[in-house]
Amino acid sequence: MSKKSFIEANSISFSYPAYDDVIPPLVLDGVSISIEEGEFVAVLGHNGSGKSTLAKHFNAILVPGEGEVSVNGIKTAEESRLFEIRQEVGMVFQNPDNQIVATIIEEDVAFALENLGVPPKEIRERVDDALKKVDMYEYRLHAPNQLSGGQKQRIAIAGIVAMRPKCVVLDEPTAMLDPKGRREVMETIKQLNKELGITVVIITHYMDEAAMCDRVAIVDDGKVIMDSTPREVFAKVDEIKKIGLDVPQVTELCHELKKEGFDLPDCVLTEEECVAALEKLLKGGENNG
Amino acid sequence: MIKDITFGQYFPGDSIIHRLDPRMKLILIIAYIVLLFVADGLFSLLIGAAMAVVFYALSKLPWKLVIKCIKPIMPIIIFTAVLNVFFVEGDPIFEWKFISVSGKGVLTAVLMCIRIICLIAGSSLLTYTTTPIALTDGLERLLKPLQKIKVPVHELSMMMTIALRFIPTLIDETQKIMAAQKARGADMESGNIIQRAKALIPILIPLFVSAFRRADELALAMECRCYHGGEGRTRMKQLKLTAKDFGAALFVAGGFAAIIFMNMFGPEVFRL
Repeated sequence: MSKKSFIEANSISFSYPAYDDVIPPLVLDGVSISIEEGEFVAVLGHNGSGKSTLAKHFNAILVPGEGEVSVNGIKTAEESRLFEIRQEVGMVFQNPDNQIVATIIEEDVAFALENLGVPPKEIRERVDDALKKVDMYEYRLHAPNQLSGGQKQRIAIAGIVAMRPKCVVLDEPTAMLDPKGRREVMETIKQLNKELGITVVIITHYMDEAAMCDRVAIVDDGKVIMDSTPREVFAKVDEIKKIGLDVPQVTELCHELKKEGFDLPDCVLTEEECVAALEKLLKGGENNG
Repeated sequence: MIKDITFGQYFPGDSIIHRLDPRMKLILIIAYIVLLFVADGLFSLLIGAAMAVVFYALSKLPWKLVIKCIKPIMPIIIFTAVLNVFFVEGDPIFEWKFISVSGKGVLTAVLMCIRIICLIAGSSLLTYTTTPIALTDGLERLLKPLQKIKVPVHELSMMMTIALRFIPTLIDETQKIMAAQKARGADMESGNIIQRAKALIPILIPLFVSAFRRADELALAMECRCYHGGEGRTRMKQLKLTAKDFGAALFVAGGFAAIIFMNMFGPEVFRL
């Protein structure tokens, strides 16, 4: 079952422009990654690893110095088709405050559509539709500063969803939110992927968020060093720790217990799995003793 | 909380004046100002004043708002009145040493006062009943023809919108920075005015830095949403003139006609 690859990055390299005659280091160093339609991908990496830079290549905010990126067959270097690409791949950033343009929620959600020159009646429909999808319809006439962080971030997502993109790239969308806001936003993102079939690429620092995804790519020092299912990636606990990242807490717990000689499965990802595994272990222990 | 303050002087309401099209309101207020200056006698000016009273009554705003908007310009009104009373030349009705007061001077002073009060009350009514965002919107659409002579109308209104959007955010941020500086021992409440102004520097610099950072991110987010200036842009909300807008226009036109009629055929007393 080979799906169509939607975003295709082919050994791209990138460095930010030099100033003061200092030769800037390569932020991306020959990265190849392909993202298929309908996938839910997490990109992990510590600060400065190049993961945000990589994400900015997916909708032609940045164009690679070497190599090329294509979105749905369109090369991002083609400037004349910029808006086509940006319409297909929406992007949500970390700070919800700095993404909301208008003073009224519904006008903000309409912003992208107004830019694209969609007829007013259709804008209205798509805005209402997008607001309902993120479950914020009743707030449509509020001012942004009346909302919580999680709600603002959902509005930012609605502003992108209104464009009806095939893919949404989220750059640490939950980093500035409290646990409640984080849960809300993750629920919304999951819904986009599962119910609307939108391809999701999420950059995150939270390992439990990455564990929810279909696929995890780890970027370190401008290179993709692991790219597989969360179960396979997080099984390599020691390797991940070596590059300064964490694994989900439950994974680490089971890993440590296993090292101490307890009989546990190889990679545990969710709390439920962990509980089940530990219960089994404890019951087994009783029988033996 | 400070961030809950309404920016500008908008007073929420649902009166017929509130619901008028902002474009019509802007045009009518300009017409009204012209009208006040066309009126050349006490009677015609009183028609203008009566119109302001009618508009305020329709807006259902508390009357004390009129006083609130006149108060700051009281010195100007008094100053104008005094100047006119003493310096307009005419047949003196009162003389004492080198001071002489003419009947014409008193009349000019009275007319000037009524004019200024009506002017301020009228334009304040516009900001009282229209949200800043609706005003910006109305202004953008009214000025659209100027785009032909390369006036960046859309850009200006976009700037206004973003400024309005970020005022609460930046107020919030200022408070955070103030708290942070206070925690580091900054003293902002004592000293003379120069010392206090200097104490603001450690607040303003971080505020500016963060505002630039925000601007950078906002620009990126706008680019991601295909922003490319006003060209080929549509708007979700279309402004539509309705019967009440034409009613208001008719009312102002009627006032205009009445004043011109008064100017031409009204009583000759209290005229300039």
